[in-house]
Amino acid sequence: MAPTRNVNKEKMVVVEGSYSIAHSVKICRPNVISAYPITPQTHIVENLSQFMADGEIPNCEYINVESEFSALSALVGASAVGARSYSATTSQGLELMHEVLFNVSGMRLPVVMTVINRAVSAPINIWNDQQDSISQRDTGWIQLYAEDTQEMADMTAQAFKIAEDKDVLLPAMVCMDGFILSHVYEPVVLLEQDLVDKYLPAYNPEFVLDPKNPKSFGAFADPSTYTEFRFLQEKAMGVALQKIEDAANEFNELFGRYYGGLIDEYDTEDADIIIMAMGSVIGTIKDVIDARRSKGEKVGLLKVRSFRPFPKEAIKKVVKDAKVVVVLDKNISIGLNEGALFTETKSCFYNTKIDVPVVGYMIGHGGRDIPMGTIENIIDEAKDVMSSGIKVESQFTDIREELI
Amino acid sequence: MSPESKSTPKSKQLLAPGHRGCPGCCDAMAAKFTLMGAGEDCIVVSPTGCLEVMTTPFPESSWEVPWIHSLFENTSAVASGIDAALRAMGKAGKTKVIGIGGDGATLDIGMRSISGAFERGHDFTYVCIDNEAYMNTGVQRSGATPFNAATTTSPAGKVSFGNQRPKKNMPAIMAAHGSPYVATTSVAYPKDMIRKVKTATEIVGPAYIHAHAPCTTGWGFDTSKTVEVGKLAVETALWPMFEMDDGKVTKVKKIKNIKPVEDYLKMQRRFKHLFTMEGGAEEIKKIQAIADKNIEDFGL
Repeated sequence: MAPTRNVNKEKMVVVEGSYSIAHSVKICRPNVISAYPITPQTHIVENLSQFMADGEIPNCEYINVESEFSALSALVGASAVGARSYSATTSQGLELMHEVLFNVSGMRLPVVMTVINRAVSAPINIWNDQQDSISQRDTGWIQLYAEDTQEMADMTAQAFKIAEDKDVLLPAMVCMDGFILSHVYEPVVLLEQDLVDKYLPAYNPEFVLDPKNPKSFGAFADPSTYTEFRFLQEKAMGVALQKIEDAANEFNELFGRYYGGLIDEYDTEDADIIIMAMGSVIGTIKDVIDARRSKGEKVGLLKVRSFRPFPKEAIKKVVKDAKVVVVLDKNISIGLNEGALFTETKSCFYNTKIDVPVVGYMIGHGGRDIPMGTIENIIDEAKDVMSSGIKVESQFTDIREELI
Repeated sequence: MSPESKSTPKSKQLLAPGHRGCPGCCDAMAAKFTLMGAGEDCIVVSPTGCLEVMTTPFPESSWEVPWIHSLFENTSAVASGIDAALRAMGKAGKTKVIGIGGDGATLDIGMRSISGAFERGHDFTYVCIDNEAYMNTGVQRSGATPFNAATTTSPAGKVSFGNQRPKKNMPAIMAAHGSPYVATTSVAYPKDMIRKVKTATEIVGPAYIHAHAPCTTGWGFDTSKTVEVGKLAVETALWPMFEMDDGKVTKVKKIKNIKPVEDYLKMQRRFKHLFTMEGGAEEIKKIQAIADKNIEDFGL
C-alpha cells in the first residue's frame, strides 16, 4: 500500500511531540498510568498529569511511583486486574526496568509504553540514540519505531490494538527519538475520540485477578513446563507480524493516514542502493534520496517500523533485487562492531538465494547530528561497493579523530 | 474453589493443603493465618521466595484466592498497581489487596518498593514473614538476621560469632512513613496474627504487619518446635509484640514470666556456637541486653 498522509489541514494544530503522544494516550482511555520522570520523557508524563488534574481522563489512576522499576511493576498488577495500562520512559529508566520487561511479557500482559530513545550512561548523555530500546530487544516486547510526531501519535493507538489482541497479548514499546521528536513542535492532527473509540475496543481480557474466579499468575515453572512459555511467546510474536499490518491498514481506513505496516518503502522499486534505518533519520534520508533521484541515481529507502517482531520476509522481498543494502544503526553491539539492525538484516539473507552485499554504519550516537552530508557520503561509498565490492563491512560515521 | 461459591465455609482453607512446604513451615502458617484474617475477597501478591515456590509449581496452585507473583523486589509496587486499577475500574473498597513477603523481599531488596507504596498511601496490607534470613536460597544473611546468628553468609568462625549487626527496625520505618496501622506478631500466636491482619485489612490506607516466623530448616530446630521456638522469642523479650496506631504504640503484649535469652538461643543451631566458642557467654550477654532494652522500651 502506498504511503498516505491524508491530513486535513484544518484539523492540524502545532503542538510539541510529547503533547501529541500524551493526547493519544488520553484518547485511548487508559485505566492506570504509572511513570517516573526522566529527561526527555518528562513532557509526556507532565501533560498526562495535567490531563488528570483537569479531570480529562475518566476511569483512570495516575501513580507517581518512586522509580522506573516500580513504574512497570505497578502495571504488572494493574494489567493483571484487567486495566489498560501505560507508562513512558527512556534510557536509564528503561535499563532499570530490564528485569520487569521480561516479567511483563512472560505473563502476557499487554502494557503499552512510550520509549523516548536516548543514549545510555557512561558517559552520561541525555541526547538521542537507540541503544536503550535496542538493548531490550530480547525481553519479549513488540518494538515499533516512529519517523515523526504524527506517526508516533498514531502509532500509540495502533500499539494498544496490537498488544491487546487476544491472539497476541504481548507488551509493546512505541519508540521515538528523544528531543528530535519528543520536543519538536510540528503541525499534527490530534487523535479524535470518536474515531479511536471505533478503532480500539475496550480491553476485556479472559484471565484476570478476580476473587470470584481465583487464578494464580506468575507461577513457578520447572524444566518440564518452562520451555513452552517461551515457545508461546515466540508464536505470539509471529501472529503480531500480521496484526501490525492489520492495525496500520485499519487505521488508514478510519483516519486516512498510513506509514507502512512492518516496514515502509520509499523509491525502492528500481533501486540499486537501498538504505535501511529506523526513526527520525528517515526524514533526512528521504531528502537526500530526492536529490539523488533528480540526478538519476537509483537510491531507495526501507524504513523499519517493527524491530520486534523482526520483519524478515518483508525485508527480503524489498531488497532481493538491490545491488547494495546500507543499514544505519543508532546503536552498537560492543565487541561485534555492528549495529543490531545491520546484524539482523544480514542474518535474514543467509540460507536464501539473496546475494546482496550489506554494509553497516553506526551513526548518531549520543545525539551526534546526522547532517545530509553524512548520508551523501554513505551513498557515495555504497556506489563504490557496487563497483568494487565491500572494503569495510561495518563502521562508525563521523568519528572525530582529534579526540581519540 | 468453584466460581459459584459465595461464602467461605468455616472449614474452608484458602491456602489449600498439598503444597510443598517443609514440615513445620512458618511460611505456610503465616499465609494461612493471613488469609483467615483477610477472608476470601482479596487479591494476594507474593515476591519470589519459599512461599511462591512451594505453593505454585505450575500447573498447580494452593491459592484459593487470586494470587500474583511478579519478581523479588516489587511486591508493593505490584500491589500499588492493583489498588490503582481497582479504583480506576470502580471496584475499590471491597476487595482487599495484600502483599505477603519474606524479610529479604520486604526490608532489603524490596525496600524502595514498599517505601514508595506506603508514602503514596495505597490501600493495602503488607505482611512481612520474618524468618530472619534468605531461606529459599539456602539461609543467607538478610537485614533482618539477628545479632550473632550464624547464616551461610555470616557464619561463625575462628574470628566471628556470626552476624554482627542488629535487626533492621522495619516496624519503626513503616510507622515513620505515616502508616495508620503497624503491628508485630508471630506465627506462634495464630489468634493474635489473625486479629491483627483483620484489623489491618479493615483500615483504609497502607497497613504493615511484621510477623516473626521461626524457620525449622534455616534456624535448625526440630520440625515439631516451630510454635515453641516462636513463643520463646516472645517470652524472652527478643520479639516484642505490639500495635501502633498512627505512629504511636497503643497496645503491647505483656510477658508474665520473662525468660532468659539462653532458653531461646539454645534450641537453635544458628546460635549453637555461642554455647561452644570461647567468649560465647559474653556474646549471649549482649543478646540479653537487646532483650532488656525491649523490656524497657515497650514495658513488657
